[in-house]
Amino acid sequence: MSLQVIKSGFLSLVQDYGRYGLQSIGVTNGGPLDEHAFLWANRLLGNDYNAPQIEVSYGAFSATFLDSTMMAICGADLSATVNDLAIKPWQSYTVHAGDTISFKAPVTGLRCYLAVKGGFTVAPTLGSCATVAREKLGGITQDGEKLVEGNLVKYFPQPHELTKRVPSSFVTGHSSEPQPSESTSQYPKKINLRFIPNTSVTSAGEEALHTFTQYPYKVTPHIDRMGYRLSGAVINTPLAGIISQGISLGSIQVPKDGQPIVLMRDRQTMGGYPLLGCIAYVDLAKFSQSLPGTELSFTPISVEAAEAELIVHKCFFGVAH
Amino acid sequence: MNIFRVSENTVIILFDQVIDADNFSVIKQCVRNIKTSVNDKWIADIIISYASIHITFNLLAVSGIDFTRALKLALLLSNGNDANNDNADKAESDQCSPSNTIEIPVYYGEEVALDLVHVANNANLTKEEVIAIHTSQIYDVYAIGFAPGFAYLGNVDTRIATARKPTPRQKVARGSVGIADQQTAIYPSESPGGWQIIGRTPIQLIDYNSANLTQFTAGDKVNFTAMSQAEYLQMGGEL
Repeated sequence: MSLQVIKSGFLSLVQDYGRYGLQSIGVTNGGPLDEHAFLWANRLLGNDYNAPQIEVSYGAFSATFLDSTMMAICGADLSATVNDLAIKPWQSYTVHAGDTISFKAPVTGLRCYLAVKGGFTVAPTLGSCATVAREKLGGITQDGEKLVEGNLVKYFPQPHELTKRVPSSFVTGHSSEPQPSESTSQYPKKINLRFIPNTSVTSAGEEALHTFTQYPYKVTPHIDRMGYRLSGAVINTPLAGIISQGISLGSIQVPKDGQPIVLMRDRQTMGGYPLLGCIAYVDLAKFSQSLPGTELSFTPISVEAAEAELIVHKCFFGVAH
Repeated sequence: MNIFRVSENTVIILFDQVIDADNFSVIKQCVRNIKTSVNDKWIADIIISYASIHITFNLLAVSGIDFTRALKLALLLSNGNDANNDNADKAESDQCSPSNTIEIPVYYGEEVALDLVHVANNANLTKEEVIAIHTSQIYDVYAIGFAPGFAYLGNVDTRIATARKPTPRQKVARGSVGIADQQTAIYPSESPGGWQIIGRTPIQLIDYNSANLTQFTAGDKVNFTAMSQAEYLQMGGEL
């Protein structure tokens, strides 16, 4: 009735779609960094969009299925194997009692989602089992702890069905250019991200926006579930800080050193740095998979265009809100 | 005030970018009007702060344009009220939906008040005077953030306002009461932090297992009362 963790990996976390409605008391959303991959894994298995999965970051994770079921992996290629036979992401698989799945090291991307049919059975805290270490919320121990060796992550055994695969046009579905699903370049070394510019008094300013859109930026090694730090041309802003205010997912902050930070799922609910804008929600999936060194370029998008894309995305996957 | 679309499903209402009680009472009035006149199924999350209201809306229930329009209408109501209100009316409207005033007992003893001496020296006051000033005021809860249940309270009397520590502490104990410039706050859980610590409360500020979760929310009022070591220990305080 469970998946037994053999090797914990660098950071393997139980995540559902996230924790909502509690930002007023300072509780962040949590949830999958790559929502696109997460939602596909649930969709392949016919699960509810919110069904809990394991987000495996960087690899070095292995676990044994104690009962047979259907499972799916989507997202990064972390050179996964089942009983030492290589398997590819974006597909569902049958597994038998005693089968061991392992994720070794990233081939492309950083985070792979492991789902089972029906979802893992994890008790929610504050309405969600999303693991947020800083807030001591979620996970199988309900206190924000990551998975460790010996943990049992419960699920209900399921009969085998035909396996399914994500259509190749959706695998890179992060971009409109179709690429073969076998391609290892699903998360390329250079990506373009669209962002909704900040037009308010908290904006880092015209000159800052100009610098940000004219020069390439690189993903630094300082990336975690709270935020991704970028490096590149120094962004000068006339504002040293702003009065702390609520912060949206994907916000691009400019701290004093002029090197932007993009705020992710586990961000603090409030922040006090000038803001360049907000990365388009649907572009955060591929961004969250980008390795240190990935080259980024940024183009403005209107909020209306981005909103339409997000509605389509949520409707496609049956997300309720 | 102005409404800005921040992202696909978030907007921010920006007020005068100042930290003061009058500005904040306008914000509180706006929040009340939004809550009464905007369909609550449209609002997914709301973050009130010193000079802004950040709202996540449910874009599957309402479009950004329609939501912004509904907000504008709600804010027009707030403006209208303001224009007609003299201070007496304001007091009255505050009474209509009164803010809770929550009393927080604090032990200001030296075992827990790690920076009380520094704050006193910095202010050229005695420790007792600092405590008297800190407990003499009723503070607004301007915002909750940084960590679950962490409440930013203001404004601290300028006489005891003290800058943050140059190097933050690795660990600040749960319940610690701190000062940073004209703000004061209580650490709801153990965490790193750079505020000047002047006391500690035995009250639990966040409890994930309780229906209320937190003792207060943005818009409430708080005042501190001094307690003895014996009272502190009796209420479960730790030294």
